[in-house]
Amino acid sequence: MPAMSPALRQAEHAKLVRDIVTPEGVPIRFTLAPAGDRAAAFMLDMVIQCGVVVAVVLGLSLAVGGADRASWLTPFVIILAFFIVNFYFAFFEVRWQGATPGKRKLGLRVIDARGGQLETSAVLARNLVRELEVWTPLRFMLAKGTLWPDAPGWALVLAIAWTLVILLLPLLNRDRLRVGDLVGGTRVVLQPKPMLLPDLVDEPATAAATNVRGAPTYTFTETQLEIYGIYELQVLEGLLRQEPTSLGYFESVRTVTEKIRDKLTYQGRVDDDQRFLRDFYAALRAHLEQRILFGQRREDKFSDKR
Amino acid sequence: MAEMRSVEFRREREQTWRELEHLIQLADTSGLRALASDQLARLPHLYRATLSSLSVARSISLDRALVEYLESLAGRAYFVVYGTRRHLRRQLADFFGWKLPATVRRAKWHIAIACAITLAGAIAAYALTRSDADYYYSFVGDMAEGRTPASSTAELHDGLYHQESVIGMLATFAAALFSHNARIAIVAFALGFVVGLPTLLLLFYNGLVLGAFVALYTSRGLAVDLWGWMLPHGVTELTAVIMCGAAGLMLGHGLVFSGARTPLDSLRERGRSAAVIVVGGVVMLFVAGLIEGVFRQTVTSVPARYAVAIVTAVGWLAYYGWCGRGRDAQERG
Repeated sequence: MPAMSPALRQAEHAKLVRDIVTPEGVPIRFTLAPAGDRAAAFMLDMVIQCGVVVAVVLGLSLAVGGADRASWLTPFVIILAFFIVNFYFAFFEVRWQGATPGKRKLGLRVIDARGGQLETSAVLARNLVRELEVWTPLRFMLAKGTLWPDAPGWALVLAIAWTLVILLLPLLNRDRLRVGDLVGGTRVVLQPKPMLLPDLVDEPATAAATNVRGAPTYTFTETQLEIYGIYELQVLEGLLRQEPTSLGYFESVRTVTEKIRDKLTYQGRVDDDQRFLRDFYAALRAHLEQRILFGQRREDKFSDKR
Repeated sequence: MAEMRSVEFRREREQTWRELEHLIQLADTSGLRALASDQLARLPHLYRATLSSLSVARSISLDRALVEYLESLAGRAYFVVYGTRRHLRRQLADFFGWKLPATVRRAKWHIAIACAITLAGAIAAYALTRSDADYYYSFVGDMAEGRTPASSTAELHDGLYHQESVIGMLATFAAALFSHNARIAIVAFALGFVVGLPTLLLLFYNGLVLGAFVALYTSRGLAVDLWGWMLPHGVTELTAVIMCGAAGLMLGHGLVFSGARTPLDSLRERGRSAAVIVVGGVVMLFVAGLIEGVFRQTVTSVPARYAVAIVTAVGWLAYYGWCGRGRDAQERG
């Protein structure tokens, strides 16, 4: 993550964010799964499928022992392979609330595009189409002799073009849908990881001794609190939530403090930069939240004052 | 200084969020069944409480970490609450006892059209092949060894009563047949996505092969024997193929004639019904494979073959015509 600047990451992220309105009428924010993650999950699932088939074949042939008595083995394997290939995904997505082993590993989930219950029929629809999306073109290219003897060259070209269109479709539409998602009315989203961080304003007493709540060391006037908006408040929150051990942390705190003091024309002495920023954060948040109560939401420093 | 509302709010509700987080963790690592019944009962309640917290936090709190946490927690809980959650066995019973026959009944017009197209292909090929036997090759190809106009009548007759001796070969044949047919049926459905045209062609082509076959055997006076050979599994197999074709037509129909809805909405709705029909078709093909691979190769008595054909026809008709009608009326209110 450090390779990408936060601003850039956010812009990339924002394009994939969707509000899904639940049956309760509350929109929940989900991030669509990136194509790479989906491809990786798919590969993983394929490996598992192949592994299961191979394991069953090996296990059975060892148990039966000898090829001549294993006459029922071939039909059994043919049928098993058919059901695994066509119903592996549907089986897990029904049982695991929209996840398969691969999706689970990558942290992906299938949800209903409209925010309703994920229906079994939707799961079936999105996965039956895989036969056409993956297997038919693959079989045609690998073994066109058995599927269509002496197929002309243009048919092969057509098959390749078809496969490419199907494969790239998720990249060509803004909701990252493959054909199966279109037919089933589903989306694949990232599984969020809930992590509750402590409130910067309401730190428990066990926090660093300098942060014991009580009267703030630094106070600000009404006019000083009028300068910034919500955007700046949350940028400051981001800085304060960084690990003090991270590279250049104290330098950033120093620079930001300078900047804010400058902007506020803050006259008092500042000994503790961190303490100053925390107090300013608390004061600014109280101020802005108060204004929201009165129906005035100040988005950033460029918004009109009052 | 008075306490900030957002701070107070968090103190009041944090306990609920933590409880929900714990339950979801449990459900995710060891499955929903790991939850005790009282925990399971609390889940929707906690979920709704968290959703309401999210709405409040969005409007009063400027603590971004808190809003993001609630957003994630609500999303995570949503998967559990609105994912498919009933027991697999219950779902299967529901599916075959009500959903499948009800969906097929509702798709009767698509099925009628798929049937008509197959029939049109069959009649056309029959007429052409009767007028000139060489058409047989263009419809069926020259792959069918020993079953071409070049074969003698005796050869054709023997082909219909041929018995496999090795039981293993028989089962392999049935299995390969099933997986081949089922794959084609699924593709016929999926191709409906390309506005249904390939599905129409596939159905028509299926009819052509059938018509040419019937024409060849009829011209040698083997009609009764051929139907006896074909119908025991053919009733099930043809119905299944026509159903899957109808499912493909539904997709195409949804895309092209979406009515008041957007094409994608209409595709989604029809796509789900179509998928249900296709799963039914795959199960039928499995049954057809069993009949074809095992029964037909071992039973050569013509009356017995016809009896099985009639039994399967009546059975499917009864199942799709009446099964789950009461439940259907109930569901629709």
